[in-house]
Amino acid sequence: MSNKKKIAGFIGKKILRLISLLLVVSFVSFMLVQYSPIDPVRAYLGEMAVSAEHKEKLEEYWGVNTPPQEKFLNWAGSLLKGDFGVSLIYRMPVIDVIKERFKASLALMASSWLISGILGFILGVVAGMNKGTLLDRVIKTYCYVLAATPTFWLALVLLMIFSVYLGWFPIGLSVPIGVMAENVTFFDRLEHLILPALTLSVLGVAQIAMFTREKLIEVMSSDYVLFAKARGEKGLDLVLRHGIRNVALPAITLQFLSFSELFGGTVLVEQVFSYQGIGLATVSAGLKSDVPLLLGIVLISTVFVFVGNMIADIIYQFIDPRIKQQESTT
Amino acid sequence: MGNKTEINAKGKEKAEALLNVEDLSLSFIQYTSGLRQTELKVISNLSIQANRGEILAVVGSSGSGKSLLTHAILGILPSNAKLDGKIEYDGQVLTQKDKEDLRGKEIALVPQSVTYLDPLMKVSNQVIGAVEKGKEDLMKKLQREIFQQYNLKPEVERMYPHELSGGMARRVLVSTAVMSPAKLIIVDEPTPGLDEKTLNETLSYLKDMANKGSAVMLITHDIEAALKISDKIAVFYAGTVLEVANVEDFKNDGENLRHPYTQALWNALPQNKFQAIEGHQPMQDEVVDGCVFYERCYKKNELCSKGIPQIKKINGGVVRCNNVS
Repeated sequence: MSNKKKIAGFIGKKILRLISLLLVVSFVSFMLVQYSPIDPVRAYLGEMAVSAEHKEKLEEYWGVNTPPQEKFLNWAGSLLKGDFGVSLIYRMPVIDVIKERFKASLALMASSWLISGILGFILGVVAGMNKGTLLDRVIKTYCYVLAATPTFWLALVLLMIFSVYLGWFPIGLSVPIGVMAENVTFFDRLEHLILPALTLSVLGVAQIAMFTREKLIEVMSSDYVLFAKARGEKGLDLVLRHGIRNVALPAITLQFLSFSELFGGTVLVEQVFSYQGIGLATVSAGLKSDVPLLLGIVLISTVFVFVGNMIADIIYQFIDPRIKQQESTT
Repeated sequence: MGNKTEINAKGKEKAEALLNVEDLSLSFIQYTSGLRQTELKVISNLSIQANRGEILAVVGSSGSGKSLLTHAILGILPSNAKLDGKIEYDGQVLTQKDKEDLRGKEIALVPQSVTYLDPLMKVSNQVIGAVEKGKEDLMKKLQREIFQQYNLKPEVERMYPHELSGGMARRVLVSTAVMSPAKLIIVDEPTPGLDEKTLNETLSYLKDMANKGSAVMLITHDIEAALKISDKIAVFYAGTVLEVANVEDFKNDGENLRHPYTQALWNALPQNKFQAIEGHQPMQDEVVDGCVFYERCYKKNELCSKGIPQIKKINGGVVRCNNVS
């Protein structure tokens, strides 16, 4: 039907927007790197000592003296061909590094995104239903404390408690040390995933719980809930029938909009747990001046956050019957 | 205790009235500066009866406490509300718990606008409401019948509230009450924004309900619409009832009306004298010692400024005024 057409048009528009966004992001981040004191030759050589002559050759190879515009065009040109360049620290194509690292992080991000979303929603509903009671205050306090907690600090605390003192989970990394890659089992991965995912989930709960609570209170004091009460609906049934229905959509939208915070949190958590994901790669790339990898990650994370926002927009525009109606009348 | 026969006689008379509100007062507890509590009185010493098979119109300007009265009857007041006096249904004094049990079953509300429908739920599901398991098919059938009777096309079932036109919305709202087996139907402001035809149509639905034996309480500020179908008119002013008149009393220059305010209301209508009186309804936080209408009354005397006038039964109606006999 025309709805399909509308979605297609909508996505087309979004893709155009994404392209222009990527253009700007790539230009700005390239220029930022260009004017930062990063020396690709230093980055390549690391601690190796070389002769001045050798260094000059390397500088020419890395194009240190090429004008920035030309450098940008060269880089952007290869990008268009799908070539992100070669990572200086991993000595392999950037795209392969990102693929491998992103896969590891995706498990982490997806699990904590789901858990924080579901847990936060439930906590928010419980708090909203019991507004003003002790239970509500406990949940609210918990959320405020969480919202004020730095990610890395919580990660450290959990690491100390569960890995160091209790020894339940490994101290770090995403796979066991000294095991061949093909011998790593699913459970090994899971064991390494739990603590970082827990950290991210626990932190992600606060925002969604507080939002759900506010929204539910608003819905429960609306005219239509008053009317439902006047018709004899009450208690949990009332909340399920009218409360959840009206809170779920905005809550899911918010959860999709939080992709950027999710990515930011992942960087910090992976750092603390030495979890070999995209976040850790980002930090290494930054610290060790791995420009191609850094720029590659910037672009990929842009796409990642953009997709989250786009899903939120789609939910908002195509699932909510009220917006759908407005669209078709205008 | 001693006068048993009189109590019995009174009880019999009350059984006539399906709903009997006696000496009802409603106030809200508010926090003003800091932690100081004040009580805001919105309804005071209100008495009213609704009889089976009759339409009682409750007429008053906004802020007179009409909607709050319905909320008090249904037990859906906010938690800072303080309620005194008694509300009897079918001879039985209602507690909050009774109200919770009765609403939707014995007492139904027809809300004033489409905002009282869940914006994300299809209309038919809302008209049917929350049903016990096993009864869904039966209720669905009933809903279809009612929709047909009200000229609502089958596709309306699948619409969301925002897709309804004004007239359709009104019919859907009325059908929510018809779905229930309620004997007392409270209709809150059904007339604003309706064209002549839809207005008459809506009023005929209400008349229909009364004819089938329900007690209908029509809350409105549209005195003309009320006169078209009602049996009795209760006039609200500043949170209390000043007069309960029979429909026949509203004629000519209103000389049969008992209270000066009712007369003023009647004479303010365009087809009558089209005359407004000076002043305005006292604000809710204003403390009035005497009659609430004192400031604007042309008949006032010294007595009126001291103490609220007692209720008098005159000529088949009820009035709260010192100067009628």
